[in-house]
Amino acid sequence: MTVKNPEVSTVRRQPMSNTKLLMLIAIGIFVFMYAAAMIFLGKRFLTVQEIFNLLNNNAYLIILGCSLTIVMIGGGIDISVGGVVCLTAMSVAKFLQFSGIEGPAGVALSILLALAIGLFFGIEQGFLVSYLGIQPFIVTLAGMFLSRGVTTMVSSENIPIKHEAFQAMKKITLQIPGVLKLELGAAIALLILLGMYLLLRHHKLGRSIYALGGNQQSALMLGINVKRSRFLSYVISSVLAAIAGYVFIMHASSGKTSIGLRSEMDAIASAIIGGTLLTGGVGNVFGTFFGVMILTTIQEIMAASKVQESYWQEIASGAILALFILLQSVVLAQRGKKVQLQGRLKAKKE
Amino acid sequence: MRQKTSIRRKQDLSQLIIPLAALGILVLFNLIRGIVIGDLGFFSITTRVNNDGNTVLAGNLISIIDDASALAIIAMGMTLVTAACGGQDISVGAVGAISGAVFVKVLDAFGLDKISVGSILIGLFAAIAVTIVFTLFNGTLVSVFKIQPMIATLILFSCGRSIAYMITGSATPQLNDKLINAIGKTIPGIPIPTPIFLVVLMALILALIFKVTNLRLYTQTVGINQGAARLNGINPMVIKLLSFVILGVCVSLASMIQVCRLNQLSHKTLLDAIEMDAILAVAIGGNSLGGGKFRLSGTILGAYIILMLTNTLNDMSVKPESIKAYKAIVIIIIVIAGSPAVKQKITAFWKRIHSGSRKVMAGR
Repeated sequence: MTVKNPEVSTVRRQPMSNTKLLMLIAIGIFVFMYAAAMIFLGKRFLTVQEIFNLLNNNAYLIILGCSLTIVMIGGGIDISVGGVVCLTAMSVAKFLQFSGIEGPAGVALSILLALAIGLFFGIEQGFLVSYLGIQPFIVTLAGMFLSRGVTTMVSSENIPIKHEAFQAMKKITLQIPGVLKLELGAAIALLILLGMYLLLRHHKLGRSIYALGGNQQSALMLGINVKRSRFLSYVISSVLAAIAGYVFIMHASSGKTSIGLRSEMDAIASAIIGGTLLTGGVGNVFGTFFGVMILTTIQEIMAASKVQESYWQEIASGAILALFILLQSVVLAQRGKKVQLQGRLKAKKE
Repeated sequence: MRQKTSIRRKQDLSQLIIPLAALGILVLFNLIRGIVIGDLGFFSITTRVNNDGNTVLAGNLISIIDDASALAIIAMGMTLVTAACGGQDISVGAVGAISGAVFVKVLDAFGLDKISVGSILIGLFAAIAVTIVFTLFNGTLVSVFKIQPMIATLILFSCGRSIAYMITGSATPQLNDKLINAIGKTIPGIPIPTPIFLVVLMALILALIFKVTNLRLYTQTVGINQGAARLNGINPMVIKLLSFVILGVCVSLASMIQVCRLNQLSHKTLLDAIEMDAILAVAIGGNSLGGGKFRLSGTILGAYIILMLTNTLNDMSVKPESIKAYKAIVIIIIVIAGSPAVKQKITAFWKRIHSGSRKVMAGR
């Protein structure tokens, strides 16, 4: 009775899921890189505040990473997020500067404006992609053109914000004096990260998005409302992009047309580094978080090691990206082989 | 047998309905607008005497076709890659910058003040060789390592222009030479701009390849079902790599045209954002972005539609930065018109009318 059946125990010991494995690789490389930076560049990287600086400066990229992760898990892609960030930041700047509504009311209205922009793009793109069945790349490419174009119509000059209530809100920080300081934007980004993790992990919608990304046909047969889930994934993505735009303007406090230029590619890259597959069904927002941290740490290391030319920075991040992509592909292929091999062995035994 | 071919023709041509309709609407719009404002300058084709004293064709239509040359050539390569891999190469702009840098570097090695046909040819071949190496890097990632094309080409997209910068350094070399002008503008004695000929040449070469070899069939097979292609003795890896090689040739040709047109090389602006336009041209041309069947003529039409649209908007004195917004709206309209859901509705509607008329006929 007490003797365990070996067959059963091997079946029960489930192998680590691809999502977890890819995320662990990303975390491992981040820790390794950061440790190397600590040893070789010292000083700056030894303080806790340095990590928080990374968070403060790149809060918007973390939110964008989350939005891309959700869409990519659903098997789609959204390259309009950079444009939406820019449009939101610019519109909020113009609204706060020229509407003349002072005090908290102005800030509240500007937040509503940002959300409205996000909702508009989300609903438009989600509808076209999921209900009309148009390729997401083209739809979101059009979204990118639209948002960038409208941004220049809002204003093609820089708009610095001097709104008092906004400036007061900007100064809110969570801090332990002398040790660390976290800006409001970074706190929002971390909250969103947690929220999206819970949504994807424990909410019905999140599970449906995983299912439809993995295999749309099976998801349909399971009775999942595929169209609605996909639609909602795009809406969430665009709203998050709009929030990212608001966070960006809170950090930079000046609207420009160059905001978020190519940030969609950074967000895609960080999602990939964090273990999200573009084919869908696999991914994790925490992995994306570490993807963002890896990309930004590279930049910090480049800045700290006094590499003047920005082109080395780009080449280095390109090389790291290549490394990750290859690593992922090789790891997944190896695992695929192993699974096949196990299947064959089992078949032989039987 | 005869019926079979007629069916095939019908299917083939159905792909061109959307681009032709878009082109027709654009032309009609400009015609009406021209009549309303009393200026048909949009369709003007005139002759003028250029700096070298040659008579050349000028005017809006010519400049549209001329401007679209680089885009059309890259879009042709993009069509093949899209058809074979079911994904797009977003690094064409950056790789084009590398190609241009190599081209100018070779010319520079021979001396920028004594450019000859030989040095241009050597430069072009060097550029093609280097570009093929880079596109093969993409192709290997896509075909051997089975990475989605967009992700694989994201690498060169993000660092390609920096590599171009490493090759040339910060200077933006100026190329002022008769031979360079002959490639980028017009050859003395021939009134039509040379880039147009290069587009025709490239299209003819590809058409010849498709006619003589089975490349079209193989590419479509690999794009539609890779496993089935492999079982039928086609090596999908080779076909995919081949499509990237052809894309490499297209990109370096387009980048040479652009360098010669602008008479200078700038690693930052050479072929900037052309990847998006090229993908757009492929989509407007009625090709599926998910791979499979393709038509080069649709793609070329798509490239001309994009330029005509830009030109129309320019003509209506829209701010150059804001053109993107209008372009987006037109794209959305075109893709909605071509979307499966709408197509289904239209065919159902068409059938209902058709059967209705038949009933009426039967009633009579």
